[in-house]
Amino acid sequence: MKLKEIAAALAGTPAVEGQEAEITRFYAGDFLSRVMGRAPEGCGWLTVMNNVNVAGVAVLAGIRAIILCEGIQPVRELSERCRQEGIGLITTPLDVYAASVGLYRAGGEA
Amino acid sequence: MIHLRYEVDGSDFVSCGKASEDVKRTLKNIGIPSEIIRKIAIAMYEGEVNMVIHANGGLAEVEILPDRITIVLTDTGKGIPDIPKAMEEGFSTATEAIRELGFGAGMGLPNMKNYSDDLKVESRVGEGTKVTMSFIL
Repeated sequence: MKLKEIAAALAGTPAVEGQEAEITRFYAGDFLSRVMGRAPEGCGWLTVMNNVNVAGVAVLAGIRAIILCEGIQPVRELSERCRQEGIGLITTPLDVYAASVGLYRAGGEA
Repeated sequence: MIHLRYEVDGSDFVSCGKASEDVKRTLKNIGIPSEIIRKIAIAMYEGEVNMVIHANGGLAEVEILPDRITIVLTDTGKGIPDIPKAMEEGFSTATEAIRELGFGAGMGLPNMKNYSDDLKVESRVGEGTKVTMSFIL
């Protein structure tokens, strides 16, 4: 799925476009070290964590897009950092569970 | 041989990870395979975060040789009283304020062990900790 398709599946908004890459795998979690250790490379990451370290983790773990759930609006430092690093950033009003279901239905791998 | 050296600022959660990101960029520039870079970036970031959370910063040194990369993280923090306990997944002594930032999952040292080819942790309570990680190229 492209970033725009992910946003559409989640009634969300792309806050930062990122690189035009295909994302088929996803990971959900808020503890940064768990995400670091477990998120598959090139994945989309569903979280409610909203600080600049989220972008840092995405850069180092090779995560392509951050999906910020529950209507949380990214702090400026996070969106700026995503823009600099070419990481996609989507906001969605859905919670993490509903967003996961939406992505699965749209063709994301479980 | 390439030798990189970073002072890790213990008071700055915002720029936490800068050394690891610089190492990642350097390794990419010299053509290290991306799957090895990812392992190194993850393990080093965990070490960097640990130094910020628990030791008010420290020193990160990276030695790049043709066949291996070694990362040495040294701090003068409070030390680790029980290293086997600290190696357990989920064990953390981070404060609630730090956990609210998403740190303190108790996965730092386990990730460093899982992603490096060799991990050595030396620590003295009240004096500090030295972590040495090696990665075979």
